[in-house]
Amino acid sequence: MFDDFFVRALFAGIGIAFVTGPLGCFVVWRRLSYFGDTLAHSALLGVTMAYTLDLNIAISVFLISSVIALILIQLQKKTNLPGDALLGLLAHSSLAVGLVVIGFLTFIRFDIMGLLFGDILAVTTDDLLIIWTGGALILLVLKLIWKPLFASTVNYELAEAEGLNPDRAKAIFTILMAAVIAISIKMVGLLLITGMLIIPAAMARNISDSPQKMVIFSIIGGLLSVVLGLYSSLEFNTSSGPSIIAASLALFILSLFKIKQSIKLKN
Amino acid sequence: MNTENNILVKLYNAGFKQNNKWLVEGVSLTVEKGKIVTLIGPNGSGKSTTAKIALGIYKNIEGNVEKYTNKVGYVPQKISIDWTLPLRVCDFMLLTETISEKDIDEALSLTGVIHLKNKNLGNLSGGEFQRVLIARAISKKPELLVLDEPVQGVDYTGEIALYELIKNISDTLSCGILLISHDLHTVMTATDHVVCLNGHVCCSGSPMDVAKNNEYKALFGEKASQILTVYEHKHDHVHSDEGEIKKN
Repeated sequence: MFDDFFVRALFAGIGIAFVTGPLGCFVVWRRLSYFGDTLAHSALLGVTMAYTLDLNIAISVFLISSVIALILIQLQKKTNLPGDALLGLLAHSSLAVGLVVIGFLTFIRFDIMGLLFGDILAVTTDDLLIIWTGGALILLVLKLIWKPLFASTVNYELAEAEGLNPDRAKAIFTILMAAVIAISIKMVGLLLITGMLIIPAAMARNISDSPQKMVIFSIIGGLLSVVLGLYSSLEFNTSSGPSIIAASLALFILSLFKIKQSIKLKN
Repeated sequence: MNTENNILVKLYNAGFKQNNKWLVEGVSLTVEKGKIVTLIGPNGSGKSTTAKIALGIYKNIEGNVEKYTNKVGYVPQKISIDWTLPLRVCDFMLLTETISEKDIDEALSLTGVIHLKNKNLGNLSGGEFQRVLIARAISKKPELLVLDEPVQGVDYTGEIALYELIKNISDTLSCGILLISHDLHTVMTATDHVVCLNGHVCCSGSPMDVAKNNEYKALFGEKASQILTVYEHKHDHVHSDEGEIKKN
């Protein structure tokens, strides 16, 4: 069944959507979209490392993104620069260094477009295995830290005062972010991964009145985006990442009508 | 039961420094089961800081804090909730602990906001939100309840009812309460132990003792001390306008 590249891509995308849905909600709630971008940009370094040392791309991206996240936390403690400046510094310098390193690796042929924007032809059965087992692990861990993470997202001091250990939950969540980027980089591409996290969650926010609903709608939105995006990618021969993200944008725009309706109902 | 087992949280000579400035220092107090300890003092005297030290929110503190329970309910003075979160009252009630539907309804009824159960948290008024905060803190049947100006923004009749509720909870759940309040009348009638703060502990003791204290009078004025009784005694230091301590 997985002989067909399109079936592989479809299953990969569906696996990714299950994970980006709930994580994306936290990215929106905790205002971490630029943080996600930074990790995603640093993933290019991970990809070059994978090629030079002949490692698995997902594992190497996961390692590099985790390191970048740790560096960021250290820089936040030790410098007086505002958070967004530090994020920008890390995002663009790691992207730049990654591209420079690629320039040196003349003996390897790189599909830069595929790296940046995703490539459905590139998904192998090994990738599928990584996406589904990695994704299941990510969801399991997220379920375990849900309470402290969610409580501290609402109010840090309440969570801390009532003994939920929010700092540990936050650290674990950072690692989960690195992991989700690692498993989705081939499909969505490193420039657009944050879109996959944010846009379905933003769409879900427009049509939900409780956190659980928002997570469910965010997953559904992601699934629809993947299916619609991949079919149009096949149809119009476009890159998979932009097609998926464009589909999620269409869903977001549709969700805006729902807001209009509910505002009308209130008045 | 010996008193050791009744202690829920104990501060010994505790203090907290931020940007090289003491927010509060040298605070010693004990909250026991079934007892209400109230912190009073002017703005900026370190009441909320003391509560946060007791709760373990501040990590790098001076002195000692021993907390013997993890079943804590907290009503903070200021709470900023990000409205990018779709959160109903019933979701908020489950924030830090999973409790039964029945307990949620009971707590919301006690504070008079059961009709708001499915409302979005962002649409509540200040007083309504305050009642929800109190309901959330008591619904988990905590052993230690820390209430930082719990009735701010609540209407006058509600205020009295809520203080009565707090007193009731202390009796029925036999939980210890650390209360911060500006309402001296309530403080002086419902409390077991009063700690008067002004950057440090000015005086402490039973409400009677504190009301008689000259420093208390200096802080709150003659009127306040007449709530109970007037009594003169010597004190060893005065405060400058900046709140600094000058020895006599």
